[in-house]
Amino acid sequence: MATVVGALRQTRVALSGQLGAWVFYGIGIAAFVLLILPRIFQNPVLFLQTLVFGLTDGALYALIALGYTMVYGIIELINFAHGDVFTIGGMIGILLFSLLGLVPNKAASVGLLLVPILIGITALTMLITGVINVVIERVAYKPLRHQPRLAPLITAVGMSFLLEGIMFVWHGPNFVQAPDLLPSARFSLLGANIDTRELIIIVVAVGLMLILNSFVEFSKLGKAMRATAQDRDAATLMGIDIDRTISVTFFIGAALAAVGGLLWAFYYGSLRYDTGFGAGLAAFTAAVFGGIGNIQGAVLGALVIGLVRAFNDGYGSATWTDVIIFGILILVLTLRPTGLLGMRVPEK
Amino acid sequence: MIARIRSLPAWFRISARDPNRLVYMILAATALLYPTVVQFVNPEQSITLINIAADAGVYVLMAIGLNVVVGFAGLLDLGYAAFFAIGAYTYAMLASGQLALTPAHHAVHLPFWLLIFVAVLVAASAGALLGAPTLRLRGDYLAIVTLGFGEIVPRLFRNMSDWTGGVNAISAIDAPLLPFWVDGPWDGGVPFAFVRDLKFSAFQPIGYYILMALLILICIILVTNLQRSRLGRAWMAVREDELAASAMGVNTRNVKLLAFSIGAAFSGFAGCYFGAKLSSVSPENFSFLVSVTVLLMVTLGGMGNVPGVIVGAIVIYFVQYKILGDLPHWTTAIAGGIGLPDKTVSALSDLATNLNFVVFGLILVVTMLLRPQGLVPSRQRQEELTKGTHGGELVDMRGAS
Repeated sequence: MATVVGALRQTRVALSGQLGAWVFYGIGIAAFVLLILPRIFQNPVLFLQTLVFGLTDGALYALIALGYTMVYGIIELINFAHGDVFTIGGMIGILLFSLLGLVPNKAASVGLLLVPILIGITALTMLITGVINVVIERVAYKPLRHQPRLAPLITAVGMSFLLEGIMFVWHGPNFVQAPDLLPSARFSLLGANIDTRELIIIVVAVGLMLILNSFVEFSKLGKAMRATAQDRDAATLMGIDIDRTISVTFFIGAALAAVGGLLWAFYYGSLRYDTGFGAGLAAFTAAVFGGIGNIQGAVLGALVIGLVRAFNDGYGSATWTDVIIFGILILVLTLRPTGLLGMRVPEK
Repeated sequence: MIARIRSLPAWFRISARDPNRLVYMILAATALLYPTVVQFVNPEQSITLINIAADAGVYVLMAIGLNVVVGFAGLLDLGYAAFFAIGAYTYAMLASGQLALTPAHHAVHLPFWLLIFVAVLVAASAGALLGAPTLRLRGDYLAIVTLGFGEIVPRLFRNMSDWTGGVNAISAIDAPLLPFWVDGPWDGGVPFAFVRDLKFSAFQPIGYYILMALLILICIILVTNLQRSRLGRAWMAVREDELAASAMGVNTRNVKLLAFSIGAAFSGFAGCYFGAKLSSVSPENFSFLVSVTVLLMVTLGGMGNVPGVIVGAIVIYFVQYKILGDLPHWTTAIAGGIGLPDKTVSALSDLATNLNFVVFGLILVVTMLLRPQGLVPSRQRQEELTKGTHGGELVDMRGAS
């Protein structure tokens, strides 16, 4: 046993540098060449179709993964409840639409008003979900900030259950149907049957990520977030309001997750109280894969996880997809805990 | 005489200073009297009630085991149900007709008393296998790795349907049989029979109840001895400060690995009993909900304190099966009694049916925020929490002797 552990430690040390990143790329390219390339020639249309599914899933996962990675980057908490914040965001959005009379299976006659309604309601959903997440942080995580690391994590697990419970009381064990609002027109691209909704999701997600990136890079609050992530004490000394910065981080994470939840509901047609558990774990895997704490890493990881999921559903067997994704999670955490682009986290 | 009178308050003082003793006594008395009392209080339902108690024991066992991992060694294990599943499937495969349906083509029916050790061994090995590469990770990463493991294992059992029957579950699992020399003189209407015709069946659960009580007793003795041993002190040291512990010569890797394996062993133990009692094992029995429930029991009861987690397990099990189970009836009765319209009554009753997750989540969050030491705290742990070894202030050593 001792030699196994020693060998593992050496592997981990060897993989922690640039070599590890190349190993990642190598495995990715090898998987592509061995598993997918032959099938492109067999059936290029299926490949293209699966690719689009994968990119769509990846965009949705990225919206969730950003929340995990930003919160982890700033207070080193695995925000276990984030997946459920995603679901609750989607459900709040569905509720707001139904208040406007936009309910499933009913022809909506809003015509040209659709675009402003969609944008307005989405913005409102982001606001509400963001506030909910800030309240969760203030009530449940902030008092435990100086406790041992496991205390807030256990609280986050409890919070996840509490949120799932609230949704369970709200809607019961049934799927909540979403109205079919995103314009869905199918068109053919090189023979593959592509839905405009998939394009919308990808475009919206990419747009939000660009906005987030410029916010973190260029705005004053973004600068404060980066400073807090680097060194909380030093940031305090520089006059940064830590509590406010952390709240802003939770707000942004939840707002992005809420958009993700709404898009998920539109795309898959429904949400259930436990949708966020599975989606959240996949998104967390994405964040870990890319290097938790790293925003670009989370997006990259989400893309990879989305593609893995789509290609395994398409070419392999869907019952094994979760096993493969959790396997990736365990392998990455064991062999290269910093992920692909991750910041260097000391092993405490 | 005077000495005897004086010793009584002394006993109370000791009990007050060390609530563990009192809790153990109450637990022992309850365990002894429960089957009898139940038969007097509620004769029609006595079998069901004893059955429930025997099932609750499974969670008590798991809580004792998870306490070793979380409470003693400070490693958060979010995939504890995986080892439970491994124990249950070990028993189910080797004590039922299942293997005849698999590529092995031969049913195996080994006795319970042997398989309980096999299941413990298999679960402990699985714990060591998972732990060896991952235990060097930081606490929160370890929690997620175990969570991933806990999600993978039931899916493996579900997907490998050639061997495990997949979603169809393994059923008709053998019940434990008493060896003939235990069965002999008590059986067949001997006048001094202690328990007439002691069998393990769902209609006569007293056998399971006694078995469970004995298993729990053995586990308590084992764990308490472990806690007081060199290994137990090493666990606490690792929990408080791994760096300092390793500087003091504690082999942190082995110590953590042992905690992980021993915790897994308890879960395998419980799984084996669970499979035998339920006589059917399906992948749906081992979801994340089970892991969180056990974590909730340990947190509520008092991490690191054996009687505490037992109390926590019993309380949570009671809340889950009695209070939450009966709540819809009560709601209907009360709401109907005060003359609310039927629609409101049924809505309230639905609400009461769905409260499970909310209550669990609330208990976990509120415990962590307001009473992180749990219902029955261990004295050491409480001192650490109130005096705050992690807040950056120095601990006042004057009163600590």
